[in-house]
Amino acid sequence: MPKAVSEPPAGEKLASSTTAEDAAVTLRAAAKAVQAELKQRSVSATGAGKSVLEATALMAADPMLIKGAVKLINTGASAERAIWDSAASVAEMLHNLGGYMAERSTDVLDVRSRIVAELRGVPAPGIPAADEPFILVADDLAPADTATLNPALVLALVTSGGGPQSHTAIIARALGLPAVVAAAGVEDIADGTSVFVDGAAGSISVDPDADQVAAAEAWATTAATLSVFSGEGSTADGHLVPLLANVGGAADAVKAAAAGAQGVGLLRTEFCFLDRDEEPTLDEQVTAYKGVFDAFPGKKVVVRTLDAGADKPLPFLTDASEPNPALGVRGYRTDFTSPGVLTRQLAAIATAAEGTEADVWVMAPMISTAEEAADFAAMCREAGLKTPGVMVEVPSAALTSETILGSVDFASLGTNDLTQYAMAADRQLGPLAALNTPWQPAVLRLIQLTVAGSVAEGNNKPVGVCGEAAADPALAVVLVGLGVNTLSMTARALSAVAAVLATVPLAEAQRLAAVALAAPSATEARDRVRAELPVLEEMGL
Amino acid sequence: MSERTATIASRVGLHARPAAIFAEAVGALPIEVTIALEGDPAEDAMDASSILSLMSLGAANGQVVVLRAEGDGADEALAGLVKILETDLDAE
Repeated sequence: MPKAVSEPPAGEKLASSTTAEDAAVTLRAAAKAVQAELKQRSVSATGAGKSVLEATALMAADPMLIKGAVKLINTGASAERAIWDSAASVAEMLHNLGGYMAERSTDVLDVRSRIVAELRGVPAPGIPAADEPFILVADDLAPADTATLNPALVLALVTSGGGPQSHTAIIARALGLPAVVAAAGVEDIADGTSVFVDGAAGSISVDPDADQVAAAEAWATTAATLSVFSGEGSTADGHLVPLLANVGGAADAVKAAAAGAQGVGLLRTEFCFLDRDEEPTLDEQVTAYKGVFDAFPGKKVVVRTLDAGADKPLPFLTDASEPNPALGVRGYRTDFTSPGVLTRQLAAIATAAEGTEADVWVMAPMISTAEEAADFAAMCREAGLKTPGVMVEVPSAALTSETILGSVDFASLGTNDLTQYAMAADRQLGPLAALNTPWQPAVLRLIQLTVAGSVAEGNNKPVGVCGEAAADPALAVVLVGLGVNTLSMTARALSAVAAVLATVPLAEAQRLAAVALAAPSATEARDRVRAELPVLEEMGL
Repeated sequence: MSERTATIASRVGLHARPAAIFAEAVGALPIEVTIALEGDPAEDAMDASSILSLMSLGAANGQVVVLRAEGDGADEALAGLVKILETDLDAE
């Protein structure tokens, strides 16, 4: 995938060999070419994607955008810099109008990148359009790229940046695609090269041999047979472990229910808030939540309240100037700086819950102290929500889970953030990928301590896992051995996790948990546990 | 100078798809057409072939806009454009 387009240097001037008139002609031609490309793509698109492409195509050669740029060219700016600045002021104008217009400002910036790429003679940014299945090689993927990624055409993902918890990895798991991340040097693989990707081993080979071709074909068959899970998650000896789904909206929830999920262990509500300049209204929120609840009548749905900040900034809640956003005002903490948003969200959840048969639980992200947990529980009671809980993703919450569980009804371990905070390693950084795995014995120890806190509290309050760790079948066995009660994961992982768990008795899972805890490194922990689970190899997992 | 008024019929107002259809129709004409909200001064009128201008105009359903154009065929052109604005394009 072509790299993002870099900003032309501020104050870049027209080359002395070019007249302003020529530069304007070149710019208009580039804009027309981008417009034609987008128009061409809109022909084959359907639904919402089609009208977005049609509108974006019109923007590419829009008189307001181009006239603004030509004015700047006439004052001596280069064509690249002129379109850059002209689009920035148009985007700002749209942004200031708020609402729907503000959401369109990103389209203007996308068009700008395309025009600059055209002027430079480099490929347009974004996921390339293709007619046949391909392996996508990129620097890293942004959340916005998911919208344009067609799972029917993309076979695997390979990125040079990002870690196992990066967006690319999360997207890959959600789509059930093999992926290798933090693979330095892959950007040098030429377009059109035949590549073999082994997601389990984390390896990539160029020009695969016959064995590798056969393995790829075998995997395609396994992936198809493993795609359905039905019934109950349990160990070989009948110890029940409800397998739940992580979802980000009603469409996801319907898919998860079809995939056999026994409920929702994590409803990420920020998907209802992302790409918004203003807080969604009560009615909008009620509709969004109800859509999820209705997919799981009689089943548990755990709603996580808004987790804005760090890698998920929201214009109306996040202070973009924070020097250290992962340690900043995010999750539950936004209630300190923007009080009211959380109260209104809880009211919306309670209203949505009233009209459904789902068993609605609510939890707050980024809880660090027992005092915060008690405050959140009080807010939930005020809103009429009966089952308040907390996410355990800050190490302090894991260490004090006994006290925390004194005032809430359940805890859910968010292993992605718990790992990043326990290891002091940014999730998004490729060079720290080795530190950033939930197989780290220190992370497993924090999970064990959280469970021990619940046991000490004395009321059998459930402790679940809703991070990506639960989607790794080997790690899922370890988590059950550590005493975790429920596992929540992307719906695609349900069948694989259920299949592996059903072959392991509880006592064996406990023994494997001890093996992992005693390992000197994350790699050793993973290798030692996998070596004792030959079923993984048999299933190609 | 020809001048016509039209009432926005699209339920979403002159945004998104309706704005795209209208801007494209204006762009296909050989003359320049401006658009303004009724009551706004003529010198503040915007280029009607610009989807970005139309979006910033923010004309809602039921609002009246003024179209202006000069030159040969301006009257016929404006009549065609009024027809587009007075159709609920979003319903199609």
